[in-house]
Amino acid sequence: MTVATDPNPVFSAFAHPERLVSTEWLAEQLGEPGLVVVESDEDVLLYETGHIPGAVKIDWHTELNDPVTRDYVDGEGFAKLLSAKGIARDDTVVIYGDKNNWWAAYALWVFTLFGHEDVRLLDGGRAKWEAEGREYTTEVPSPAPTDYPVVERDDVTKRAFKDDVLLHLGNPLVDVRSPEEYSGERTTAPAYPEEGALRAGHIPTAVSVPWARAVADDGSFKPRAELEAIYEGEKGLKSSDSVIAYCRIGERSSHTWFVLTHLLGYPDVRNYDGSWTEWGSAVRVPIVRGTEPGELPAK
Amino acid sequence: MSTALPASLAGIRDDFLALEQRERLQLLLEFANGLPELPERYREHPDLLERGEECQSPVFIFTEVDDAGRVHRPATAPKEAPTTRGFASILAQGIEGLTVEEVLELPADFPGTLGLDEAVSPLRLRGMGGMLGRIKRQLRERPAA
Repeated sequence: MTVATDPNPVFSAFAHPERLVSTEWLAEQLGEPGLVVVESDEDVLLYETGHIPGAVKIDWHTELNDPVTRDYVDGEGFAKLLSAKGIARDDTVVIYGDKNNWWAAYALWVFTLFGHEDVRLLDGGRAKWEAEGREYTTEVPSPAPTDYPVVERDDVTKRAFKDDVLLHLGNPLVDVRSPEEYSGERTTAPAYPEEGALRAGHIPTAVSVPWARAVADDGSFKPRAELEAIYEGEKGLKSSDSVIAYCRIGERSSHTWFVLTHLLGYPDVRNYDGSWTEWGSAVRVPIVRGTEPGELPAK
Repeated sequence: MSTALPASLAGIRDDFLALEQRERLQLLLEFANGLPELPERYREHPDLLERGEECQSPVFIFTEVDDAGRVHRPATAPKEAPTTRGFASILAQGIEGLTVEEVLELPADFPGTLGLDEAVSPLRLRGMGGMLGRIKRQLRERPAA
């Protein structure tokens, strides 16, 4: 950790308050040595329209994903990317983005796969920064390249593949997509491309907690007690559980992964990035339709 | 596929292809910035908002056909979604004034010919393909004049 954490009392109830920073804190810390601000958006052009001064852009499609295989960049690729962005291994990285930090959380999760230690989210993301009328610039920084080490990606601890999910069945799964996606009623209008999956529904026994339930009206995370009421009170999760979260391609579930891991402090949460676009097209994997979690198939 | 691309769309494509990758993103931004605001009469009609899956940006599709059978103002998107706006702007400029038949004959793979795969990614470009598909659907389904 290079830069001191945000002491904001709003975060103190969370299991890992050091993983969040407020807009006020960030505005004061901009330019601090050892701090790199990263914008990561769904929309590839949003950064160009204006961004937090000094922030660099990391795009998940064109930079974090491998261009050929459906996977992330490897250790060399990640080292090359972060070196070019001027990020050192021990830098404090604060990530923010559009859509309530979906892609910011996704980028944070990928940084985690590579063991980048101090990576934090800007609570409320781009929307909150903007709503507060804080400064934007279109000036793109040209950081001095760093020498980021080549680190092997850890695909075991925080990431789940389809086979891992099959083995996991019987343990808690959280489906964070919209209720319509969960139940399997497609809202597909005529002439819409049916994107990504051949079958609709959810993985048997997965509980439905749309990602947005973790977020307050201003885009910031809800307080811990409210989060516990949802994930534990209502859905019965426990911090001792092994949990896998999924969505359509793994970005909304990165957001939920962040909530369970860093805000509620669950030690064993994995993100299934193959998510519905893989599961819904895989041959012979069990699927349940309707609004109930459903039963496991008989072995 | 023998029909030639209308000059308006061919010109846009050639403009993109003449640029370096990074500059192509800037041109897309210029398209996004150049898209007119939503006309007042549509602003009060959220029902005209055709929304894709949750992950996708909202886009307004409201093709109009004038008495001469020419297509106008096919699509727009909010400013928080500049890429979608850029796509909408390309289609709006490229399609403006074409006949219904010309629009229906546009190749579905037009977005893939703009050279934006690397800068924007093929997955995002599908959004423009979807937009074009929905414009065509509205034209097909419009009530007979």
